[in-house]
Amino acid sequence: MADDVVRGTGRRFAVGPYLALLPFLGFLLIFLVVPTVTVVVGAFQSGDGGFTLGNVRALGSDAAVQALWKSVLLSLSTAVIGAFLGALLSYLILTLGPRSILRRATLSVCGVLAQFGGVTLAFAFISLLAVNGVLTLALDSWIGLDIYGSGWLFGLNGLIVVYVYFQIPLMVIVFTPALEGLRPQWREAAVNLGATTAQYWRQVAFPLLTPAFLGSLLLLFANAFAAYATAAVLVSQGNPITPLFIRSALTSEILLGQANLGFALALEMIVVVAVVMALYALLLRRTARWMR
Amino acid sequence: MTTRPDQSAGLAVELTDLTRVYGSMRALDGLTLHLEPGELVALLGPSGCGKTTALRILAGLDHPTSGTVTVGGTDLTRVPANKRDMGMVFQAYSLFPHLTVIDNVAFGLKLRGEDRSTRTRKAAEKLELVGLSEHSTKYAAQLSGGQQQRVALARALAIEPSVLLLDEPLSALDAKVRTQLRDEIRRVQLEVGTTTLFVTHDQEEALAVADQVGVMNKGRLEQLAPPAELYATPASTFVAEFVGLNNKVAATVSGRRAEVFGSRVPVIEGSVDDGPGMALVRPESLLLEAGGTGPNATVTSVNFLGPISRVYVDVDGAESVMAAVPSPIAVRLSPGERVTVGVEQTPLLVIASPGA
Amino acid sequence: MNPSRGFRVLRGVLLTLFAVYFVLPLLSMLDFSTRGRRGETGRNWDAWRALVENEDLRQAIISSLLLALFTVVLMVVLLVPTMIWVRLRVPRMSRVIEFLCLLPLTIPALVIVVGIAGVYAWVTYFFGSSPLTLTFAYTVLVLPYSYRAVDSALAAIDVTTLAEAARSLGAGWLIVITRIVFPNIVTGVLSAAFISVALVLGEFTFASLLHFDTMPVALTAISKSDAATAIAGALASIIVISALLLGLSFFGGNTRTRNENG
Repeated sequence: MADDVVRGTGRRFAVGPYLALLPFLGFLLIFLVVPTVTVVVGAFQSGDGGFTLGNVRALGSDAAVQALWKSVLLSLSTAVIGAFLGALLSYLILTLGPRSILRRATLSVCGVLAQFGGVTLAFAFISLLAVNGVLTLALDSWIGLDIYGSGWLFGLNGLIVVYVYFQIPLMVIVFTPALEGLRPQWREAAVNLGATTAQYWRQVAFPLLTPAFLGSLLLLFANAFAAYATAAVLVSQGNPITPLFIRSALTSEILLGQANLGFALALEMIVVVAVVMALYALLLRRTARWMR
Repeated sequence: MTTRPDQSAGLAVELTDLTRVYGSMRALDGLTLHLEPGELVALLGPSGCGKTTALRILAGLDHPTSGTVTVGGTDLTRVPANKRDMGMVFQAYSLFPHLTVIDNVAFGLKLRGEDRSTRTRKAAEKLELVGLSEHSTKYAAQLSGGQQQRVALARALAIEPSVLLLDEPLSALDAKVRTQLRDEIRRVQLEVGTTTLFVTHDQEEALAVADQVGVMNKGRLEQLAPPAELYATPASTFVAEFVGLNNKVAATVSGRRAEVFGSRVPVIEGSVDDGPGMALVRPESLLLEAGGTGPNATVTSVNFLGPISRVYVDVDGAESVMAAVPSPIAVRLSPGERVTVGVEQTPLLVIASPGA
Repeated sequence: MNPSRGFRVLRGVLLTLFAVYFVLPLLSMLDFSTRGRRGETGRNWDAWRALVENEDLRQAIISSLLLALFTVVLMVVLLVPTMIWVRLRVPRMSRVIEFLCLLPLTIPALVIVVGIAGVYAWVTYFFGSSPLTLTFAYTVLVLPYSYRAVDSALAAIDVTTLAEAARSLGAGWLIVITRIVFPNIVTGVLSAAFISVALVLGEFTFASLLHFDTMPVALTAISKSDAATAIAGALASIIVISALLLGLSFFGGNTRTRNENG
């Protein structure tokens, strides 16, 4: 029968089966494609619907550039810190051996913590480090140290400390397979040929791990850059980073007189994340050349 | 096999009373093994017999619970693996994927601080030795399994080790590649003259390349002998059954001779005393004659294997046996035909009958 | 490897430091939300009680739970049959579907929200202004994770052969999908469901920028006046989400062994 399970080639093209995909594709069209297109188009529209480059030009304004710069700084610093600490944690638990319960438990917990973010994470750190946070009060009463200061938790530095909390587990999840891919034969061969531990790491393991490490770092960067909820909860006023700038653009109409600045900012975000993901795909292909 | 050059580059190796215990498991149970300088000794045995453990202890990748490792008169038992001056070829996956072939081969030389031009020259020499000169700038992933193992061999030899260790180097390869490569390895080993320990579970491989074969079972060495001697005069039932094929034929022993198929044949050292027993007869030691003086068996099937054929016969009043017969003769036999089975005058091992 | 004693000590110290770093905020949430009032000692569970007693909060929590349920249902109804159908009938589209499903990973949720306002004007026009209309947007957000879970389950069984066997016995396509393929990928679907629930319960970006009152939004609103209750709520949702995700990793391992024995 013409509509039987498709095997091989040479069948005449039947439209029927494709129609069954319509509900799903239609759904995606309305709730994913349209919003994205709206953003791209809206970035070039003026308040009355005409074409304009004003929004895009506004991206060059001091405020916008500052916000972008801080976003990049935040994402880069948390990606770097998260990458190194996460790689370290990854290495430590791998040395526990494949059957260790602690190793499996840590991987599961990292799977949970990597999904953290948003409200819960913000509150966790508020409860710890805010003016009457548990650690703040404890340190104050034990050694008289005031770690709250003038509220750095609610600024860029606070965001860095908080973001690292989910960057490290994410790194563990993403990087552990690369570490596991280091074959024991390579180490044994290196040792047999006369390598010390340091020489093995420097000349064999590090070069092999670098592409995966950089790729994971890029992933962490994109993750931090696109994050919104945590920052939204911690920072109630002002727009130090681009996502919060978008919040301002959406919730208040008084912003440089550009009604569609929010779209331009969102377009800016798409571009940055797309560039990072493209670099990531490139790195992936380079590793594939060796690891086959 | 071809003769060895008189000037050997290798040193003598002594493994003395090696024992290795993991928890409740004895991987090695008092293994003592001696390798002459320049000799290739194959360690043969089923998986779990301890042969790989022995090799890894010699390499320094594992440590013995008791016993010593001596190379060229020097006690290496406590010396770390990277200071033992040995070259090892692993079963698979040991080439560094991020280095080209020539850089892989030169790796050990780089670690020893040799400058770029020297080590490139030496590495190129070794690549030439294994016949892979035109692949020097490729990466491991671009080579076939057999080529990778040849690079691994060149890499191990580049540091001019005193001992060469091969851990089942052919097991991961296709059958055809295996036979070609094992001859290659033997040729190279003879040319360089390094004392070599070759671990394998494939008895044909061991018999083909080695100067001496050591058969291991359950952590102990059952017999160490040149291939022909091992094949003809196995020292124990295990060796007799592990190396080569056997027919089990009822026999009676009296006065150092066994009565088998109407012939009286000398028995090998280690056979049972006078009385009934089971003789282990190689297929090529059975003689088949169509019709003959008094047929005592019927042909059940003939399997053509190329130069020889396997002829299965049911012996009257006894079990069936399998004879290896040159094909031009075997082709004239057909199932159902009556034949006479006899045995050559080669010494046999006679073991106790089951249930005796 | 055989780690030296020094290495093992160092490793133990580092792992402990990591553990303290990760556990400390969670413990402080517990402490903060159960602190006694000035002068009181012992634990005060007022904040936790407020989670159920506070009218607005309770509504928001129920909304979030219902949203999670609806999102899972929509995801299962929309995504799973589509993926099965693509494998069976239109394999040429598998690359396209895969690309579309993984797209929400690269387009930040924030960006989608910015552009979705117009669409949601229509949605609330047709479906009213209950937070449950977020189901549509949330289904898009959970797509990448659900896709991966269901895809690996589908890859593990030979869907085409099963379908051919069923068809030759006379089954229609609906039966093939619901009674033959689906029961064999239940674990993958359950994985997808678990992850989706975890994501929905914690989602803030869409809800707050579209002005819907879900649990995370309500907790943030109340945090200005009653920090303890907000933190209690956050801890509660962490516990629920963790239980879900840990149950997920337990589940995934369990059924693999079952299939090997079966």
